[in-house]
Amino acid sequence: MFAAENGLKGDPRLQAISQAIRVIPHFPKQGIMFQDITTLLLNHKAFKDTVDIFVDRYRDMGISVVAGIEARGFMFGPSIALAIGAKFIPLRKPGKLPGEVISQAYELEYGTDCLEMHVGAVLPGERTVVIDDLVATGGTLSAAINLLERMEAEVVECACVIGLSDLKGKRKLHGKPLYILVEPREIEDCC
Amino acid sequence: MTTTVITTLPHFSNLSRGIFVRPNFSFPFSPSRRLAGNLASSNMAAAAAAISPVPKDDLERIAKISATIRVIPDFPKPGIMFQDITTLLLDPVAFKDTIDLFVERYKHMNISVVAGVEARGFIFGPPIALAIGAKFVPIRKPKKLPGEVISEEYSLEYGTDKMEMHVGAVQPGDRALVVDDLIATGGTLCAAMKLLERVEAHVVECACVIELAELKGRDRLGEKPLFVLVSST
Repeated sequence: MFAAENGLKGDPRLQAISQAIRVIPHFPKQGIMFQDITTLLLNHKAFKDTVDIFVDRYRDMGISVVAGIEARGFMFGPSIALAIGAKFIPLRKPGKLPGEVISQAYELEYGTDCLEMHVGAVLPGERTVVIDDLVATGGTLSAAINLLERMEAEVVECACVIGLSDLKGKRKLHGKPLYILVEPREIEDCC
Repeated sequence: MTTTVITTLPHFSNLSRGIFVRPNFSFPFSPSRRLAGNLASSNMAAAAAAISPVPKDDLERIAKISATIRVIPDFPKPGIMFQDITTLLLDPVAFKDTIDLFVERYKHMNISVVAGVEARGFIFGPPIALAIGAKFVPIRKPKKLPGEVISEEYSLEYGTDKMEMHVGAVQPGDRALVVDDLIATGGTLCAAMKLLERVEAHVVECACVIELAELKGRDRLGEKPLFVLVSST
């Protein structure tokens, strides 16, 4: 569900966040309008507002774990975790985490990729939020949900800064609630 | 009559992990900087402490932070004792203390940019940037950044690699901090510094949670100050 549909309609922070995101056409390949959040990170107020909106939502939900997806989920997740007193767990590409891991494969447009989590990072019953910068097909988020559920954690919600507009009106992704701040922008709107 | 107060720095050692806590506080103006950065003996440590005593609260926080770092032997290859900060991130108090220690140091230094080195620098850098009112700039492996970039090559044990930064992210005159979880040989941090200096930013300091002192990364940074919380041999 989009933040504007859920209590933040007309919130000026959302428009500022959207406008701080840069669109790069044809990256990583022709036809893709890449939503570049690095310009959001350069705008201290917009970046802080982004984190604050998520913190305000999750602060009183008894969340004990924020799981961030490598690498752009690392840019948002830790600040949220710190503010709500939760643990931060990095979900990483294969071979990066040094200790014992569990792995979950997921599909790409062509081929598959894999996400890993440390064994013992999350405990059964822990209430978790998964964070990434953007959700497209939801393949990566789905892999993240699987990893956490295999360790018997409860995934309360998936949170993304940007989500494709065909997710509008949908409250769930792969059975889990989804919370998104803004839609992708077209190049004409670019700052 | 002058009284010199000597505070002996407590020596926290975990023999099974070989991690020594040696708080590093490099004040730009202080002749103790080299002492603090190279505590070769307890006498020198005491002298450093006398010039720049470490608040007891800082030592307690650093001791707790150090205790949360997990050492994984033989990763990524035999002989390497990998310093795993993911266990630090699982302790909300230790993680908050880590960020607070950096924020307390930098909040009055007029830092306008925090540059974090991929990927573990992305975990520590943004919370620091947000707390001190600075921009956050990711320094990334090749081909990850979508816009126009500048690249800096650096040497590995075998071969070279590259770090990239977006053009326009940093302005001339920006006062920058470079953040990563750990400094080993200093190659990555040097490359990150060079990227910032090429766009005429002023790199004020490099900041890491952990230093692998044996690898002498500090020397590779040359004149550039390095601030670390935990020094490991």
